[in-house]
Order: sequence, then C-alpha cells, then structure tokens
Amino acid sequence: MSATLAPALSPAGEKLKSRLAASPVGQRAEVRDLDLPTLEVAPSDWPALARLLRDGPECRYDLFLDMAGVDNLKRTGQKTRFEAVVHLHSLANNEHLRVKVLLPDGAPPALPSVQDVWPAANWFEREAFDLFGFDFPGHPNLRRILCHDAFVGHALRKDYAPGQRWFAAEEDLKMPAWAAETETRAGHFETQTLSIGPSHPATHGIIHLIARLDGERITRAETQIGYLHRCFEKMSETHTWNGVIPYADRLNYVSAMINGVGYVKAVEEMLGVAIPERGVLVRTILSEFSRIMDHCVNIGTNLVDIGALTNFWYLYQPRETIYGLIEACCGARLTVSYVRVGGLAIDVPEDFVPRCRALLESIPKFLDDVDRLVTNNRIVRNRFQGTGVVTKEEAIAWGLTGPMLRASGVPYDVRRAHPYDFYDRFDWDVPVASDGDNFSRYLVRMEEMRQSLKIIRQALEILPEKGPVNSDDWHVVLPPKDAVYHDMESLIYHFKLIMEGIRVPKGERYERVEGANGELGFYAISEGGGGPYRLKVRPPCFPNMAAFEKIIVGATISDAVATLGTLNIIAGELDR
Amino acid sequence: MAGKSSPLPAFDPKTGAGGVSDFLTTRVETMVSWARSNSLWPLPFATACCGIEFMSVVSSHYDLSRFGAEVVRFSPRQADLLIVAGTVTDKLAPVLRKIYDQMPEPKWVISMGVCASSGGFYRAYHVTQGIDEIIPVDVYVPGCPPTPEELMYGIFELQKKIRSGEKSRDTRSARLAAERPA
Repeated sequence: MSATLAPALSPAGEKLKSRLAASPVGQRAEVRDLDLPTLEVAPSDWPALARLLRDGPECRYDLFLDMAGVDNLKRTGQKTRFEAVVHLHSLANNEHLRVKVLLPDGAPPALPSVQDVWPAANWFEREAFDLFGFDFPGHPNLRRILCHDAFVGHALRKDYAPGQRWFAAEEDLKMPAWAAETETRAGHFETQTLSIGPSHPATHGIIHLIARLDGERITRAETQIGYLHRCFEKMSETHTWNGVIPYADRLNYVSAMINGVGYVKAVEEMLGVAIPERGVLVRTILSEFSRIMDHCVNIGTNLVDIGALTNFWYLYQPRETIYGLIEACCGARLTVSYVRVGGLAIDVPEDFVPRCRALLESIPKFLDDVDRLVTNNRIVRNRFQGTGVVTKEEAIAWGLTGPMLRASGVPYDVRRAHPYDFYDRFDWDVPVASDGDNFSRYLVRMEEMRQSLKIIRQALEILPEKGPVNSDDWHVVLPPKDAVYHDMESLIYHFKLIMEGIRVPKGERYERVEGANGELGFYAISEGGGGPYRLKVRPPCFPNMAAFEKIIVGATISDAVATLGTLNIIAGELDR
Repeated sequence: MAGKSSPLPAFDPKTGAGGVSDFLTTRVETMVSWARSNSLWPLPFATACCGIEFMSVVSSHYDLSRFGAEVVRFSPRQADLLIVAGTVTDKLAPVLRKIYDQMPEPKWVISMGVCASSGGFYRAYHVTQGIDEIIPVDVYVPGCPPTPEELMYGIFELQKKIRSGEKSRDTRSARLAAERPA
C-alpha cells in the first residue's frame, strides 16, 4: 500500500490510529474518516481488536451499542458483500467509534463472537445471524431471535423479497433445550420450569419468559422475543426517506415524537440541511413532553404490576392532557408522524405556548401526588428496594443506557454527553442514582420528568413567537401549497419530492438522541436514492431485555415482575 | 298475576293504559343477549401501539366501564370478548389462535386497528395480513391507532350485533386454513 495515496486523516482519526499503533492487530486495522472514526478489520483480527478496544489504556470502548449487518449486493464500490458494523462508545473519553468487520466473499459469512468481551453483543449477534445469516463461531446460543423458527432464509439480505412469508405452527415456537431437562439435586426442592407469556399481563406486550424455579427462586431464565417483529428495517428500504417517518414513530410508540426526531436528524445531517430555531425548539418541547408521557406509562404500569392500581389513574391524567396538546399540533394522539426531514409537517397551533404553560402548571401537581402516594410507601419500598440490582460494571458490560444506566451510577445522557439541538443552552441536571435497584430506577424516572419540565420551561422562553419551522431548501422540504399551485418551479419540486423522495447524498451516518429508555441511534446508509439503502435502529430496550434473564437469577417470580416493569420494555422497539 | 289485588286501575290492552307493568314479555334469547351485550368481559390481546390506546380507553379519562365492558380479564377462560389491539406477526399467530380456542362460548372478537385488520402498512415477511387469517372477527375498527372514541364505537356496534343475535362468520379464516399447506 502506498501511504501517499491515502487521504489525510482528521485529528480524531489520527488519534485513533496512534492509540492502536502499539499492537500488531491495531496496525492491521484500517482507519477511515466517516461521520465517526471508523475501523475496518478482517474477521480473524476481530476478537483481538475487540479486546484491545475495550482494555487498551487510551481506548476504553466499554459500551457496546449496536451491531448492524449490511448486505452490499446492490451497492457499488464496496470491498465485500457482507459487513458487520459495530458501534461502540467510550464512557471515559466520551467518544463513539465504528468498527466494520469485512466478511470475505466466497465463503459463508462468519465472524468470531465477541460476547465474551462485551456480553451485550450476545443478542445483537443472534439478530445478525437471524436476519443476515452471519455465523458466529464461539457463540453459546446462536438461534433465531426475531423471526420464528420455521422461517427460511435471511430476511434483510437484499435478495430476499420483502413480502415473502413463512407460516409458523405452534410446534415451531421452540423452547430452549434446557427447558425440557429435569434437574434434581440433593437437599433441594424439585425444580420446575415455568413459562410466563407470551401473552401475560405482566409482560406488557408480547414477551416470553422461561424460568427454571428451585422452590420460589429463579435459577435460570431465558427470554424469547420477536413476537412483534414487524420488519421495520426491511420496510424502510422500500420507502422514501420521509415515508419511513410513520414506521419510525411506531418503534417506541409511547414516546413517538423522540423516534421521529432521532430518525430525521440522521437524514438531515447527511443532507447538511439547517432547521430554523423555532422548528428545533418545537421538536425539543414535544420530545420532552413525550419523555414525560413515557415515564408516566412506565411507572404507572409498573405499579399496577405490583398491585398499586390507583397510581395508574393519576399518571394517565397528565398523559391525556399532553395528548391534547399533541393532537392540536398534528391531529394524532399517539403515533404523531409530526416531524419531516427539514422541519415539521405543519406549524404549531396559535395557542401552542399557552397550552404548554398550562401543562407546566398542571403536571407537577400529579407528580407530587404520585410522589406522596408512592415514594415513601412501605409496600413499594419493600418491593423495589434491593430487588433487580444491576451494578455499575454490569450495566456497562450489558450495554445498558438511559435511566437503567443512570440508576446504576453512570451519568451518561446523550443530551449532556453529545448535546444536540439546543440542549447545551438549557440549565438542567442529569439525575443519577447509585443503588442500581428497582427503586433507583423509579427515582431517576421521577426526577427526569421534573428535569424535562425545566427544559420545556426554558425552551418556551427562547421560542421565537413567529417564524418558519421548516428549512427553505425546496430540495428537501415541500414548497408551500400556494406556491405549488401558482409557480412552475415549486410544482416541479413538489412532484419530485413526492414521487422520488429526497435525494440524500451517498454516505452513512450514525445519529443518536436520548430516547425515553436510553440511547436511540439510527444508522443510515444512502446510495443517493430517494430512500434509505439500509437503516438500522439501535433500540435502547434491546440490551435491557437481554440483561433481564441475568438480573433475575436468584430472585423470586414476584421480584422478576417488578424488575421487568422498571426495564421499560417497549415491544415495538424491542422487536422492530 | 302481579297487580291483581292492586288498587290501581286495571290494565287496558286496547289503550295500553293503567295497570302495574312489573312484568314484560320477551324471548329468553333476547333477554340473554341483552344481558350479554352489556356485561362484556374483554381480554386485551395488546401487542403494540393500539394496546396503549386501549389503556387510554379503560383508564380514567374515557372510562369504558360506563358502557358495561369494564372487567378486563387477562385469562382467556374468563373473557368473552377478545380485543386484538396491535400487529400480529406470524410468530404470534399460533399464540393468538390458542388464546381464541381457550375462550369459552359465546365469544366475540374485535380487531382493533389496521394492523390487526389487514396487516396495515406492514406488508412484510413476518406480519400476518389480518387476524382473520387465523380467527373469525366480528367488528373491525380502523385507525392507526384508532382513537378511543373509535374503539368505543366499535364496542357499541358489537353490542348491537350481540343483541340482534347475529352469529359471527368464519369465512376468510376457514378458507385460508383450508388453503394453508400442512
């Protein structure tokens, strides 16, 4: 290789290169400058590089965020057909990193498992196996995770037709092999295997938990997911960039606005389009209201699970009033589809600010009521304190983010660590708790709602009274209807945008926002067409759910139910 | 008969006036279906977004219990109305069928939202294109998700159907079951 031909690296790229220079594996990895510093590596080097990245004195990439398979069949200029794209985060250096493991053509795609380096990789590798057919030698439980067991083929490969279905019968829903084994040990009660779900009131959505019980204690557990795998990523490949927004809203449907904002941010960054301040602030205000709604539902249903039904009525009332605001903005209550690439679908109603201020007045009263009812309630404390404990080290190793990670004492919040929009302008705190138990997670969520109100209050103060909410770049945003009817050029823009979609330049981008339950990342690849070539979402509750079967070992079933509630699992996002 | 020794004027069958009407004439089926229609015990098979809207319907603001459908049951053996709220995937289809089979007769099904009704905009490799591929449906409620008012309207329509004594039909699901490869 002639070093002179390679383009000069950015300072971040140079820094990464110097960090890896001490090790032969690090030297072999090629450093590239994309939106993030990116490493390209062969599968044989991957486990050694993974250890170096996690343990290297200046690397410390300890948070495994995401693994995305990519099929380059219809892409030009790529080295191999398949690649596994991993996103990592270093808490110590507050940096993201992308690693591409290039899987050589001519052999079945395979790369060694790194779940012994980052336990969080376990489920992500199963997902890549399921949807792309990557083999992971060394993986302890390489089974399909999202699709059912009677599925044939690998759905996210480019040569798989989006509508090709395979029927599953009851016998195709396989239990793990250990569920059928009987275990008898001297001095113990007889063990039994208990199957909870898929349809069970405590699972909130469709999740299947299989637990081995020794008396009342869980000795082994496994969760089966994928019952709501509705093919978000495949569907997004068949739609235009704006057409993906309704699908994105249905990921975490409890706080739909945040998903939309996260998704369009990835596209907007690729386009380099700037949004007027007013548009950004409206997004922020509604996102923070969505966060409050999400936490209300989470805490409310969690308390229902442990027998405290009253709080559910209290916590649903602010939610209904926020629904009123969102309905006034866009006409929908739950799945809003309010953002567009380049701004918002329409401007907010005239009484937006007074409505927001009225909510700011009323919500704290409900929160205080719940606080008085719950926080010092003896039953709640007995059920929450000391149950479902996740230590700081475990939380990082399992790839947890959001309130789960902060309740274990790690103050990582995307809004603070990588401020997007105007979050660096506001005065607010990142709530952190140290015990890592269910009660800590409850406290963190309660405080986050109050901090969200604080952010909204400040955002309302700097919200310009009038002005556009959309970019005026007609290559991205639809021109005003009036102009479309009277002006040829606007009509052409309108036609092109509707029929062909926005032309997003070739490239790739990982953008993250702080979702209600953790880091919500969107990894988008554009080939210059009107829609995404590949769109991978980093679902924050996927690692949470993967950790569940480890958290509850040693706990009782009733503790497991309380713990499942505090994980904030949203099936639409978990299974996509 | 009741009212015989009453001091009130006797009932005149020609004008309908007078008498004490503490009896009525009806058929047992009408009486029973009237009672059934106003004491539905729904089982929410809530899989996705629609499930969140279903929660709104039964919670404080919309309060479904005003219309006699308040006892939400999570056990199919205690329910007579299955509300399928949300997308059903091919992985979930056998589960849904089993839950339907476990419900005692008489039973009714509401398909809440377009995903349950037709697969919605998920025309995809893992999504059942309407739950009537698997089980018979009495009322389809459109919307993505339907507003609480829409679901309540769907329940009123079902109540009318129950009172009319109409039986649910199983045409599409039976046909698809016959066509399905073994």
